[in-house]
Amino acid sequence: MEIELKLNGKTVTDHIEADTVLLDFVRAHGCLSVKRGCETANCGLCTVLLDGVPVLSCSTLAARANGRSVTTLEGLQEEAADFVGFIADQGAEQCGFCNPGFVMNTIALLRENPDPTDDEIRQYLAGNLCRCSGYEGQLRGIRNYLNSRGARHEV
Amino acid sequence: MLTIKNYVRAQSLEEAYALNQSRRSKILGGMLWLKMSDLRLQTAIDLCDLGLDTIEETDECFSIGCMTSLRSLEKHEGLNAYTGGAVRAAVRDIVGVQFRNCATVGGSLFGRFGFSDVLTVLLSMDCLVELYPEGLVSLKEFAAMKRNNSILVRLVIRKTPGKFSYQAMRAQKTDFPVLTCAASCVAGEYRVVLGARPMKAMVLRDEQGILKQGICEESAKAFADFATSVTPTGSNIRGSAAYRTHLVRVLTRRALQELGG
Repeated sequence: MEIELKLNGKTVTDHIEADTVLLDFVRAHGCLSVKRGCETANCGLCTVLLDGVPVLSCSTLAARANGRSVTTLEGLQEEAADFVGFIADQGAEQCGFCNPGFVMNTIALLRENPDPTDDEIRQYLAGNLCRCSGYEGQLRGIRNYLNSRGARHEV
Repeated sequence: MLTIKNYVRAQSLEEAYALNQSRRSKILGGMLWLKMSDLRLQTAIDLCDLGLDTIEETDECFSIGCMTSLRSLEKHEGLNAYTGGAVRAAVRDIVGVQFRNCATVGGSLFGRFGFSDVLTVLLSMDCLVELYPEGLVSLKEFAAMKRNNSILVRLVIRKTPGKFSYQAMRAQKTDFPVLTCAASCVAGEYRVVLGARPMKAMVLRDEQGILKQGICEESAKAFADFATSVTPTGSNIRGSAAYRTHLVRVLTRRALQELGG
């Protein structure tokens, strides 16, 4: 079947199998930031924005994205650049495999709630697993970024 | 591994129902559970073009389309005001935000899963489901029905005056629950729902009048003892039957005390 969607703002048309998942589709179109992790919809590595909403591309049919807008980290470099340095400063990335998923979901969080509390950050990012860190580095990085913008301060 | 030969976006419920009569067809929900199956589907039927992804609130009820995401339930102010946050409490630990943006109300209910937070909390309310072609049936009746080829079109939560509370125990946040418990007082009738036993959620009513004088520490404890004595539990990798039975007592008491304020 043929589908057409906006991928990072560009119209993409392709022929796919009915069971192609969005993860495979975006990777086939050069968006290699989107990682294959658990494939059981638990780890958040494959997070993309579908019409601006974070979803798991490993469990979303590409056919379901037909006519819609898909955004990956490749399309959000500028928005991500604002805060990824703060995460890197905390050494929170370590192996870095989970990082694109974390960044995508952090972008979704900050669009939805520009001034989250630490608990709100933890709650929103609960679906992003990191096997290297204890999540505190990511939290500190996001908090430092928010503080740098003059948002609320929490310890 | 799930394979799908044809993908169809149904343009009407009639079309979806006709397609769904084949043994090798399935209606797609959020795809999260289905995707982990080994099914070889001839036709996957998507209802995403039917406008069933919204929550409509009237003075009498919430009408929730089957394609509404669990995240929409979590964020809906009217629904959470009516339930005192019980719906939000029930879904907020289901994996992560991305998962809940994918998972649908229809998929969560149609599966009648033993681990379901959603079924547990909704069984404590005055709920109906609209099936195509059967029409409206109570959620309790639906939960007991065998799976068939009908389509779950929407969930209706009647705004019967009530109070609600929700408790769950998870070995780890975002994991499946070890036990779920919802308590409610709807139109003066107390209900306690226990799920993830790990069997399907069951409803207990106060047939012995333990709570007829209202909820206090003693009556909550007495009802928890009653619930423990009548609730079957089982074992799986998340917990033993004995541990779940212990949790029935603890979560029932906590849920009732929260309900009683």
